[in-house]
Amino acid sequence: MLEIKDLFVSINGKEILKGISLEVKAGEVHAIMGPNGSGKSTLAAALAGRDDFEITNGSVTYMGEDLLEMKPEERARKGLFLGFQYPVEIPGVSIVNFLKTALNELRKFKGLEPISASDFLKKMREKKDLVGLTTNLANRSVNEGFSGGEKKKNEIFQMAMLEPRLAILDETDSGLDIDALKTVANGVNNLRRKDNATIIITHYQRLLEHIIPDFVHVLYKGRIVKSSGKELALELEEKGYEWMENETE
Amino acid sequence: MDIKQDLITLFQQNTSVLESGSGKILNNYREQAFRDFDKLGIPTSKNEAYKYTPLDKYMQGNYDMELNANPFKIDLQDIFKCDIPELDTQVVLVLNGFFYSVNQTEQLPEGVVVCGLNEASVRFPDLFHKHYSHYADTSADGIVALNTLFAQDGVFVYVPANKTVEKPIQIINLSHSYKNLRITRRNLIVAGENSRVNLVVCDHTLCQQSYLANSLTEIYAGRNAVIDYNRLQNENHLSIQINNLFVHQEENSRFTSNNISLHGGLIRNNVYATLNGPHSETNLYGLFLSDDKQHVANYILVDHASPNCTSNQLFKGILDDDATGSFNGKILVRKDSQKTQAYQKNNNILLSTAARMNTKPHLEIYADDVKCSHGATVGQLDMEAMFYLRSRGIGEKESRHLLMYAFANEIVSKISIPVLKDRIIELVDKRLRGELSRCSNCDIRCG
Repeated sequence: MLEIKDLFVSINGKEILKGISLEVKAGEVHAIMGPNGSGKSTLAAALAGRDDFEITNGSVTYMGEDLLEMKPEERARKGLFLGFQYPVEIPGVSIVNFLKTALNELRKFKGLEPISASDFLKKMREKKDLVGLTTNLANRSVNEGFSGGEKKKNEIFQMAMLEPRLAILDETDSGLDIDALKTVANGVNNLRRKDNATIIITHYQRLLEHIIPDFVHVLYKGRIVKSSGKELALELEEKGYEWMENETE
Repeated sequence: MDIKQDLITLFQQNTSVLESGSGKILNNYREQAFRDFDKLGIPTSKNEAYKYTPLDKYMQGNYDMELNANPFKIDLQDIFKCDIPELDTQVVLVLNGFFYSVNQTEQLPEGVVVCGLNEASVRFPDLFHKHYSHYADTSADGIVALNTLFAQDGVFVYVPANKTVEKPIQIINLSHSYKNLRITRRNLIVAGENSRVNLVVCDHTLCQQSYLANSLTEIYAGRNAVIDYNRLQNENHLSIQINNLFVHQEENSRFTSNNISLHGGLIRNNVYATLNGPHSETNLYGLFLSDDKQHVANYILVDHASPNCTSNQLFKGILDDDATGSFNGKILVRKDSQKTQAYQKNNNILLSTAARMNTKPHLEIYADDVKCSHGATVGQLDMEAMFYLRSRGIGEKESRHLLMYAFANEIVSKISIPVLKDRIIELVDKRLRGELSRCSNCDIRCG
């Protein structure tokens, strides 16, 4: 589904990612762990198409196509979803209108008619239940006035609404209490299917107690320095990232 | 070309025609206006209030002037019909500054008057002696003096004490001529104690000429009066409109204005609100969407002349292409106006590198127990929000549109008449998509 080969990314001339290679197949869950500043969020945003990055080398193939050639909206329409570490507040843009517009863009891309108002509301209700979002969304602007936990749940809710093939969740667990963490994890688990894949980016191991990854990668100073099964997460938790530093040097 | 001298000559040559066609009270003020105009002239960039809107430059050019009402034998009812049929209003048509007709859809409450200004000045001398030219200070601004000098007609609205006019009164300023035309409009709105009235004021340029309109409206809000004033500015891009609005508020009255500027070459809005009685409230909201070489300037002075009053100013602008704009908002809190609450905000978005916005908040506070705030921003669309929207599959153009619309909607959503709000939402939406946002029956050749 996704194949990253030797990816180098710079921001303002500073090299952040220094040769990332990663392959994600349908049905898999990958966890990318690493200390602050290792380049995790840069990788997520580069995959989603942020344009303030400079890709200096490497390639990313998504569903057989060159991902790096696509605009952010094209990536989204082809099923890529980024769960933001810091979801953006957009005053004045109603969340209902926003989601409806987004969903209809995706439907248009698939050659489908716009969703009817009643089907849309039904879908909203279903997906809210599925991800355990209890916030009343009527008359609310996108993320405006949402608590940290609500914002994160709202990301998972959007993911449920848009049904991506590849979801990249950037630090979705940060700032969540244990109940919210479980809700978010349940949401992700409920959306897991054979034909989609998830990349979970996290600093801590605790989310991985609830969402069991198939692979764990450690990102350190812009490189993936270790890849293994789910047990790697536990090892990291126990020994800390300094251990990784010693391992790699 | 000395524009001041030209205007003085124009007045001197036509004084007798002007005066013979106008009521005595309108004529009474011309002499003082003449002296003031002679002294002040047309504001230039040297005048601080007009620094970014040098009217002497904008008012150059050849313009005809009509000294008599209605020289065109045209059937306005036939060529003009407001295209918001659901907007059930009392429609007042004004042609080239002269009152034309009022189309009453229901019996107005007893004592309510909606008619031409000149006619009213003869019919209601007491009201005119009390209010006409009492709030507009001709000695402060040459443009105000100029309006008073040439004032012949416009609209008069009177709502007596304890009366509520349910349906909005809609004043439609039509401009129609085959030559460039100088227009003077003068309106007087008097709302008595405990009265309520909604006003909607729109423009229609029916031809492709340039119109140079000098409009002046005086509004008196008696004790406990509630007045809503909705102004939609939508003229062709050759036109120049200079609007002066003077609002005088007595105790516990509330005045709310929504000023939406969509099209027009130069739009200058001066608003002077005087909170003359305690516990009165004034809310001034404005939105402008400009592109091309448009210039939109809002100049506000809120005078807190009594204690315990509240004022809110919120003005927003979106500028594209080579458009320029300015906001100059002053709050004056006088010495004894304790417990004043006065707020001011001005936010602007520049969509192009050539667009320019000048914003100047100005607080002058002489009382010590007050709550005042001001803030101004000039920026671009929020790129974080853009990326967020696009990352959900919404295209770049649509994302920009959503953000601009959200920005504008903060003002539009304050319009209290639902059908008018819906219509303006539609016009703003079209305007932001770069389409002509004129009413459908308007002659698009005007463009």
